[in-house]
Amino acid sequence: MLNYVLVRILSTIPVMGVVALFVFILLRLAPGDPAAVIAGDYATAEDVERIRQQLGLSDPILIQFFRWLGGLLQGDLGTSIFSNQPVSILISQRLEPTLLLAFTTIVFSVLVAVPMGTIAAYRSGHLIDRVVMFFSVGGFSVPVFVLGYILIYVFSMTLKILPVQGYKSPFEEGLGLFLAHITLPTLTLSVIFIALISRMTRASVMEVLEEDYIRTARAKGQSEYKVLLSHALRNAAVPIATVIGIGIALLIGGVVVTESVYNIPGLGRLVLDAVLARDYPIIQGLMLFFSLIYIFINLIIDLCYTFLDPRIRY
Amino acid sequence: MKIKSDSTAARSEPSLIMLFVGHPGALFGGIALIAIVVIATIGPFFAADPVSINPISRLKPPGAEGFFGTDMLGRDVFSRVLNGARVSLTVGIAVAVLSVIVGLVLGLIAGYIRALDSVIMRVMDGLMSIPAILLAIAMISLSGATLSTVIVAIVIPEIPRVVRLVRSVVLTVREEPYVEAAIASGTRTLQIMYRHILPNTIAPLIVQATYICGSAMLLEAILGFLGAGIPPEIPSWGNIMSEGRTFFQLTPWIIFFPGLALALTVLAVNFVGDGLRDTLDPRIARTMR
Repeated sequence: MLNYVLVRILSTIPVMGVVALFVFILLRLAPGDPAAVIAGDYATAEDVERIRQQLGLSDPILIQFFRWLGGLLQGDLGTSIFSNQPVSILISQRLEPTLLLAFTTIVFSVLVAVPMGTIAAYRSGHLIDRVVMFFSVGGFSVPVFVLGYILIYVFSMTLKILPVQGYKSPFEEGLGLFLAHITLPTLTLSVIFIALISRMTRASVMEVLEEDYIRTARAKGQSEYKVLLSHALRNAAVPIATVIGIGIALLIGGVVVTESVYNIPGLGRLVLDAVLARDYPIIQGLMLFFSLIYIFINLIIDLCYTFLDPRIRY
Repeated sequence: MKIKSDSTAARSEPSLIMLFVGHPGALFGGIALIAIVVIATIGPFFAADPVSINPISRLKPPGAEGFFGTDMLGRDVFSRVLNGARVSLTVGIAVAVLSVIVGLVLGLIAGYIRALDSVIMRVMDGLMSIPAILLAIAMISLSGATLSTVIVAIVIPEIPRVVRLVRSVVLTVREEPYVEAAIASGTRTLQIMYRHILPNTIAPLIVQATYICGSAMLLEAILGFLGAGIPPEIPSWGNIMSEGRTFFQLTPWIIFFPGLALALTVLAVNFVGDGLRDTLDPRIARTMR
């Protein structure tokens, strides 16, 4: 067991290495002089030179890579070109809204999607199953921001029951205001996540429901509720957890868009501000940061398999 | 209790007609998709000029000034949406074709040549852990926003999914007796790949390509909406919606119509994908239907 955990943790190292290498190479592969690309169309020769110095682009490429990697290992994600602040500081300033939005979305999605998928599997082929499946395909088809604007239109502009945009911190402005402002973004971001999880829940619960032990449980007079909850769902937990992990990548992409629609000052806004300002080190830092989170969450989920399903032994 | 039937396994060659008769979703999707392609191809010839500016009729609601109203420069939103369909379809199809070709080659190599397997798959794992939107944004902001850079920027994050799919098919097929027989009788590796392995990847790849087409159109629109996609002069759906943001509270139609067009198109593509999956790939269909 301990052996497995160790191997699994170590196996993230090459993946992170690939991510670091890729993010590093991306800038050097770009056509033309990377310093000039970053500086933009209106930059003077001094600006380009300053950026070249700041990014150390005039050194040999191997030296550049190892210096950059060394910095990464010490938590140095680079320095913003325009604000001249470390990217790690900029990220930490914007972390709270994004983390809270991701948290409310995951909680809400799982609470909605798992029962939805289970019921659909149980009533497979019936009306409720078709409705769930239609919703699931629809969830993958409606762009996040269009959904966001529809919700703003309905709840904020027509019904006037929720604020249009903005973010209120639960620690500074109180839980009530926070919830009022986070409701629509959470709903918006949840739809695609619910579509993903409910689809997987349905598929894996359906598969489990055909197992012999389900028939046995029914034969010994177990209530249907118990059969579904402690036999079917329990055994379907591993694929559901896996898809939640994979969905984190989807969630991160959605966060960028949702924060832009609702004007939330989180990491998504940081990405967009960086794109507009052509502040490449920030984009680079965020790519690394988000990948790290993705790898870390999937590592945790992998390690949870034994708890979710005691039959899995390493 | 239902008894598992193996009728699907015994079914012979799936026909395209069966697909559309037996699957209302695919039928709807197929018809809608054909309609969208036709409209996108010939529509712009009949509609107003999508880029002609008319300052007198700015921000007009849908009605006499145009089906879908006008935007802040007085341009006809209907005509812009029609032209946007071309961009979306181009991106969707180009991304699907390119990512399938690259993914197929890499997947065949990874699945068949053991020495390269772990290298390719680690690279794919790494690529997969970078969020697609961020990767695309980074690539576009470095190489300048044009239609082709946007397409490449969407292809790269899609490749790992194709590679994984192809590799898993190859790993299963290479254990089959007929492949072992071919190896034993001295068939060359390339020949085996072409004659025995490639045909097995085609059905799942067609299904995957459909889904990639849908998600590529979504991603292109998202990039345009965020202002990081195709140059703003080109009326793509994402760009139209991006311009509609400023006046959203006054003129919601500028976002709603292209949004609706995009959602309908992607929905149609996904429905066709589901239909293809159920027809071509009965193994997955059993659990997913």
